[in-house]
Amino acid sequence: MSIADIAAKGATIFRLRKSALRAVPPVTLLLFLGPVAAGLIGTLLPAFGYLPVLGGETLSLAPWRQLLAAPGLAESVRLSFVGGLATTAVALAVVILFCAGWHGTRGFARVQRLLSPLLSVPHVTVAFGLAFVLAPSGWILRLVSPWATGLARPPDLIIVHDPAGLTLIAGLAIKEIPFLFLMTLAAIGQVDAARTRTMARTLGYGPVAAWLKAVFPQVYPQIRLPVFAVLAYAVSVVDVAIVLAPTTPPPLAVQLVRWFNDPDLAMRFVASAGAILQLAIVVAAMALWWLGERALICGGRMWIRTGWRWRRDLWVRRTAALALVGGFAVAFFSLLSMALWSVAGRWRFPEALPDGLNLATWVGNADRLTAAGWNTLSVGIVASIVALVFAVGCLENEARFGHRATNRALLLLYLPLLVPQVAFLFGAQVMLIVLNIDGSWLAVAWSHLVFVLPYVFLSLADPYRSWDDRYARTALCLGAGPWRVLRCIKLPMLLRPVLVAVAVGFAVSVSLYLPTLFAGAGRFDTLTTEAVSLAASGNRRIIGAYALMQMLLPFLAFTLAAAVPAWMFRHRRGLRVTL
Amino acid sequence: MRAFGFLAIFLSAVVAVGAQPAAADTWEETVTKARGQTVFWNAWAGDERINAYIAWAGAQVKNRYGVAVKHVKLSDTAEAVSRVVAEKAAGRTSGGSVDLIWINGENFAAMKRNKLLFGPWTSNAPNYRFVDTIGKKTTTIDFTIPVDGLEAPWGMAQFVFMYDSKSLPTPPTSIKGLLNWAKQNKGRFTYPQPPNFLGTTFLKQALIELVADPAVLQKEVDPKQFAAVTAPLWRFLDALHPAMWRSGKVFPQNGPAQHRLLDDGEVDIALSFQPAEASSLIARGALPDTVRTFVLAGGTVGNTSFVAIPFNAKARDGAMVLADFLMSPEAQARKQNPEFWGSGTVLAIDKLPVTEQNRFGNLKLGIATLPPERLGDTLLEPHTSWVTALEEDWAKRYAAGK
Repeated sequence: MSIADIAAKGATIFRLRKSALRAVPPVTLLLFLGPVAAGLIGTLLPAFGYLPVLGGETLSLAPWRQLLAAPGLAESVRLSFVGGLATTAVALAVVILFCAGWHGTRGFARVQRLLSPLLSVPHVTVAFGLAFVLAPSGWILRLVSPWATGLARPPDLIIVHDPAGLTLIAGLAIKEIPFLFLMTLAAIGQVDAARTRTMARTLGYGPVAAWLKAVFPQVYPQIRLPVFAVLAYAVSVVDVAIVLAPTTPPPLAVQLVRWFNDPDLAMRFVASAGAILQLAIVVAAMALWWLGERALICGGRMWIRTGWRWRRDLWVRRTAALALVGGFAVAFFSLLSMALWSVAGRWRFPEALPDGLNLATWVGNADRLTAAGWNTLSVGIVASIVALVFAVGCLENEARFGHRATNRALLLLYLPLLVPQVAFLFGAQVMLIVLNIDGSWLAVAWSHLVFVLPYVFLSLADPYRSWDDRYARTALCLGAGPWRVLRCIKLPMLLRPVLVAVAVGFAVSVSLYLPTLFAGAGRFDTLTTEAVSLAASGNRRIIGAYALMQMLLPFLAFTLAAAVPAWMFRHRRGLRVTL
Repeated sequence: MRAFGFLAIFLSAVVAVGAQPAAADTWEETVTKARGQTVFWNAWAGDERINAYIAWAGAQVKNRYGVAVKHVKLSDTAEAVSRVVAEKAAGRTSGGSVDLIWINGENFAAMKRNKLLFGPWTSNAPNYRFVDTIGKKTTTIDFTIPVDGLEAPWGMAQFVFMYDSKSLPTPPTSIKGLLNWAKQNKGRFTYPQPPNFLGTTFLKQALIELVADPAVLQKEVDPKQFAAVTAPLWRFLDALHPAMWRSGKVFPQNGPAQHRLLDDGEVDIALSFQPAEASSLIARGALPDTVRTFVLAGGTVGNTSFVAIPFNAKARDGAMVLADFLMSPEAQARKQNPEFWGSGTVLAIDKLPVTEQNRFGNLKLGIATLPPERLGDTLLEPHTSWVTALEEDWAKRYAAGK
């Protein structure tokens, strides 16, 4: 074989690999936007009466008429809409005011460390604990009864499932605060907030005013997409709503899942119309939020121009700190209560603690816990690793060929997080049935991938893009091919963010309820689906056991993501974890 | 447009297939074919003891017949019905994902009406001959709908009330008495939110007592007369709700949620469909040992629950073997034992061989269980159409917001 042959062969391989890499972004989009698009169509057609198998052969508005006549629809819609907006507003306000009041202090750094354990836990796990902690027969009242309250029996107060949905809002906000806080921290890092704030402070502005006037306008555009994701989630949440929201009637999304499961087939049409309505509500909530942004911009500009220094802002700083730290404390207290219930003996109101601890719940449910734990683990690991491969493929494609993802492309990535799940999962389920893979492990893993990929990508994108390209150029000059550079230099150096991205993806997968329910056709039990199906029973011991498992798995993932690089790089000072 | 066309093609390609005729196999052939199959048993899973019982039954069938059983846990039986419906809609006439459903009442009626059930087959099962089809009429007539061998009887249920004798020494004996008591003891009573079956049964129980002529309830609902017939029920509930737990604005979602309320002392009365449930819960430390059971003087609603096989079940033979085991004296005796479950047997004890009879004779009643002679009359369930009608009207009145 001549040198020319070898060169030609090498070139072919290179071209093949290059084209394989180029195919990654479109394949990624197809794999994870395909189900969303197909699902939306599969929901939209029945919403207008078209589903031939059920006798719907022509387009009609009958499903809508039936939907509008459903008892309690207006109240369901109101709960979803107001609850979602209130959750987002409360969570964002607390995060922004806390950052404004405390950014750059030692307390701020300390609070950051509380973030990750809370972030990694599924929403519904916190909700389980909250339902117990806040209830009239719950832990708070048990701790102060009867010695302080004189109560021997729980008071007849409406707290959990309250008709106004306040407990739901609190439960969601407590979990969204850490998420928005993390996003804000990342944004702060990108806009040189510290110097901007110092500059404003030297002009005599109080800490909160300095931050709000000089830093916030730069930070907000960076966290805008996450805020909209929170809004979309809170408007259409199902699992947390089952645990905390009112039931007479429930929020729209919960009602929709019931209709989809109704044995009366005709309800599928109504449910589909409702799913489109749910989509419209999310869009409306976003539009209203957008209007609020405009108003805030106008008002904010005027406020900035007044030049008001606002030096006596200590009360705002304290209130924000109380809300944020209080929220964290309640969340940790809730999680602790669930762990305690899983080993509790008799524990009746008003006893502050159980009369004994035992492992009966764990032993009695060992089989189910293991099975659900194994399903959760296998789907989570595979979905997050596959997501990682696609994310690295897209980012590497971008790094080599210079196609920087535009904002619009990023919006596509956020799509599964912005479109309410219930709006496309029914249609996607029909697609899975046609493919004959509904209820299979593969279907569930695929459905998880749709939600895991955006998080993995977003978590990895910044460290990947900011990696110093000169290492690669040096290696290329020394004769290494691009794949070898990726394998031997880039990925090892990026090991920590890579593993964190996998852990994030895994934690997202652990928390998914509705996608597991639909893609799994109810036959695929994960910790989350099992726990939510038990939620209505109020059996706190068994729910506690599932909740503890829900906490442990993501915690292990993040621990590994921190420990592995620390061990691998123990001899490399430059790559050591600096805390 | 292309997607639209694609959808139209696959949806119209679907063929509707009705229930198939009974297999001509002998029981031995069924047992042979069943070996190695995995039965996806769709069963309501809101109660730990029941889940444990199902796991036990699965392990037994695995050991004896080589049939694996997977409990598909439902929070509402309608979920399984809708899955079979979805499969029929997608054209899957065999290899379906649901092999056995724990079912009765309106879910059975809906499946039978839509030809979604396999059978008749129950008379092929050897243990069916022990079923008390004469003394327990509900084993052949499910909520006024003839069973026709499409579902195998599994357990007897009778509506009873559990109460904490420590805080409620003399329980009421009628629906009206319950109202008076509730008014004097605000916030001490509630019922699970319909369409939970316990909540709906409470509505039916109240309706049977309050309606002018209970005979109309045995026939299909006449929409024209529905308002007039049910008026006394709504008057009763309008009066009861303000005096209830959380003023009737929040409801427990199912039976176990109510047990917890009773255990925490939030309420004094909880509803149950199993006369031995209170004893069973006390034995498990889920209720205080002061809890007892009462029934109403005019009798309470009773029914039978069944297991049925969908028309497209993949593991049909395995499902039949499992269903037969569930009707066996051994499984039925364990089911009736309050230590495990405490649900009444469907068998006629006197039909059994003497050794098998002893399994039942040796069972202890439990501290809070009424002996059979004090359980009172069993009232027949209304026609299934009443369930939907009552639930819909209830939702309009009490679950539609302000």
